[in-house]
This record gives sequence, structure tokens and C-alpha cells, in this order.
Amino acid sequence: MASKQDIVAEIPRLRRYARALTGDLARADDLVQDTLERALSKWSLWRPGNLRAWLLTIMHNVFVNQWRAAAPLDFPGDDALAEFATRGDQEDTLALRDLDRALQRLSDEHREVLLLVGLESLSYDEVAKVLGVPIGTVMSRLFRARERLRALLGGATPSHLKVVK
Amino acid sequence: MKHEDNALSNREEALLRYVDDRLDADGRATVERWLRDNPDDLLRAHDWRTHTNALHHHYGVLERSEIPTRLLHPINRAPRYGMRIAAGLACVAIGAAAGFYAARTSSEAAAQMASLPRDAAVAHAIYVPEVRHPVEVGADQEAHLVAWLSKRLGAKVNAPQLTPLGFNLVGGRLLPSETGPVAQFMYQDGHGQRLTLYVRTNADGVSETSFRFVQEGKVGVFYWLDDKLGYALSGEVDRNTLLEVARQVYQQLNP
Repeated sequence: MASKQDIVAEIPRLRRYARALTGDLARADDLVQDTLERALSKWSLWRPGNLRAWLLTIMHNVFVNQWRAAAPLDFPGDDALAEFATRGDQEDTLALRDLDRALQRLSDEHREVLLLVGLESLSYDEVAKVLGVPIGTVMSRLFRARERLRALLGGATPSHLKVVK
Repeated sequence: MKHEDNALSNREEALLRYVDDRLDADGRATVERWLRDNPDDLLRAHDWRTHTNALHHHYGVLERSEIPTRLLHPINRAPRYGMRIAAGLACVAIGAAAGFYAARTSSEAAAQMASLPRDAAVAHAIYVPEVRHPVEVGADQEAHLVAWLSKRLGAKVNAPQLTPLGFNLVGGRLLPSETGPVAQFMYQDGHGQRLTLYVRTNADGVSETSFRFVQEGKVGVFYWLDDKLGYALSGEVDRNTLLEVARQVYQQLNP
């Protein structure tokens, strides 16, 4: 049986995911807080298993039900995250801003899959369970999301090979 | 079915598994042979990896940074066995210590009114000495702070402007209490003297009261109820100064 301390141990990773998902640290912390409150209200329903996946499932539901309707940020990424990075030089801050903007231009479905696999290192199967969709959907969303991010960020792709949208 | 949910080709799927390291040795060798003759896919895999690394590089700092205290509140205040009973006893103990036996028997609202200055003084004493984390959200994000606290309290709250009296807003935080969420705003003057304004939702029954003053140890507290909210202004300053600030707060909240 997991204890509440196990939930506390998951908070840093929930914040990391929420920050990348929402594009803003204050919003991310609101999302984490709503997730934790919901998780604790459902705590008696938790059964031994993957605590992280359970929390991410709750966060997905909170995000879909309460957050998607929220107005998009005017200036995504303009928060204190860069201050946390001791290595955070000017170039790093600009790169973070580019990444934030590109992520925010993906659809919510694409961004969730991209981050759950790329940042949270969940298996495709776990992502399918968290989002409540078939694994084939996870993989096709992941492919489209990565291609869209490539188009937005450029990357090493020569211009004539860029994905045209 | 939406276009984006169309099934992928075997090649596309293998490429994803390759980049995410979800293939066995044979599978990896097969993909690597393919990539030798297909530069487009080689670039694709390279970009995907680069972007995945960038995600870790930029957002990974949050994994190593300190957890804001407000995120620990839901966990710390979650009930465990006997915790509700203990909380109930604590409530009685505080009421008794403060000499409010009558409040318990008369009405819930009166009991809440009684605990207001005491709770505010305790919260004041805990957070005012904080050097690094006096508040959860700073005054530089005042609009967000006010919107957030209003959302959590379920009522519109404002941070009064006390600069004319020499006190600048430092920021605010969310606190738990027996009666639900509480907002605490902190102010500071040029000498580092701090005041806190403690705001919580008010039980039905009492709509408005006059200012009341209580001295809780070194901390003086002016408190009052106003419609849906209860306010307590705490500080280790003389009573007249505190009263002047309390009046200012009241006027701004009731223009």
C-alpha cells in the first residue's frame, strides 16, 4: 500500500509534466494542486499498482474537464522556470521559449502523448491507459505530434524536406 | 475516424519504437539497416531524439526544484484514522484556551468568529519570520495571486493597496483551516516590519461586525466580518498604527 509520502515523492515529476503541458509554472502548479486534491478525495479507491500512472490519469481528467476550456496564454513560457535553471543563460532561456511556443501550438491530444512518452517515459500501453484510448491511437498521435514539432522547430531537417502543413 | 488516428505503417511504428528504445536487438538492427539507405528517416529519427532530449533539458529542472508549500497542503490536511476526531478536539481546545465556551454552545458562526483572530495570529507568527519563502505567489504576479485565491476561496478577494501607509504587498499564500481554505496577504514596510491580512469565508448567520481587537502574545489582531468573508489584520505594531491600516483595508474593500 502506497502512503501519502509516496504521493509527495511524485510531485516534482507531476510539476514537470504539468509545466510542459500548460506552458506556465503558475498554471502548472494550479493543475498539480487540483490533481492532488482529486487524488486524495479518491484515495480510498486506489489499488496497489502504478501510482505515477494513476496520478497522471487523474491529471489528464482534470486537464480535459477543467483546463482545456481555459483561454490560451498570451505569452506562454514567460515565467520563472528559467530562474530555476542555474545553468540558465540567455540562449537557454530563448530555446525554452521556442520549445514552449511550439508545444502550445500542438493540439492538446498531441501534446499529451508527446510529453507522456518523451518526457515521462511511459510505455505506449501505459499512455493508452492514462488517456483512455487504443494503443494504435497513441502511436499515430505520437507520430503526428513529433512531425508537427519538427515542422515548428526546424531541427536538422534541410528546408526542402520540411513537412509541409 | 479522425485523420490523425489513422493507423501507422509498420515502418512508421518501428521508427517510433526505435527512437523510444522499445525494440529488441533484432528490431534495432533491422531499423538501422533501413536508416542506412533512407536519409529522410535518418533525419527524422535524429530530430525526434533531439527534441526528446530538449524536453528533458528544459523541463527537468522542475524535478530537482523545491516543492511549493501550497502543493503539500492537500496532502497534509487529508484525513487519516482518527485525524478528524483529533482535529475536533484541537478545535475545542483552542476555543477553551481562548475562553470561548459560550461560542461553542451558542452558534457555529460565533465559534468561527472566535477562532478567526487566533488562527490569523498563528498564521502570522509562522510566516512572517520567513526570509526565503514568506509567500507562495509574489506581488509581481498580483493578478494571478488574486484570481487564484478567489478561485480557492470561492469568493472574490482583493489585495488592498497599502502603499500610502508605507506598506507594500509582498504577496500571498493559501492556508488550510477548520472552516476551509484561507488567503493570507503579506505586506512589508521600509524597515522590514510585516503585516498580514488573513481572509476566510464566513459562516452564515453573521453578516457584519464592527472591528474587534485582540492581543495574541506579541501579535495584535484587528478582525471583522463583512458579508461572505472574515478578515483579520495582524502585526507586531502599536494598536493605533494597526487600526489605521485596518480602516484603510476596510474602506478599500467597501468603496
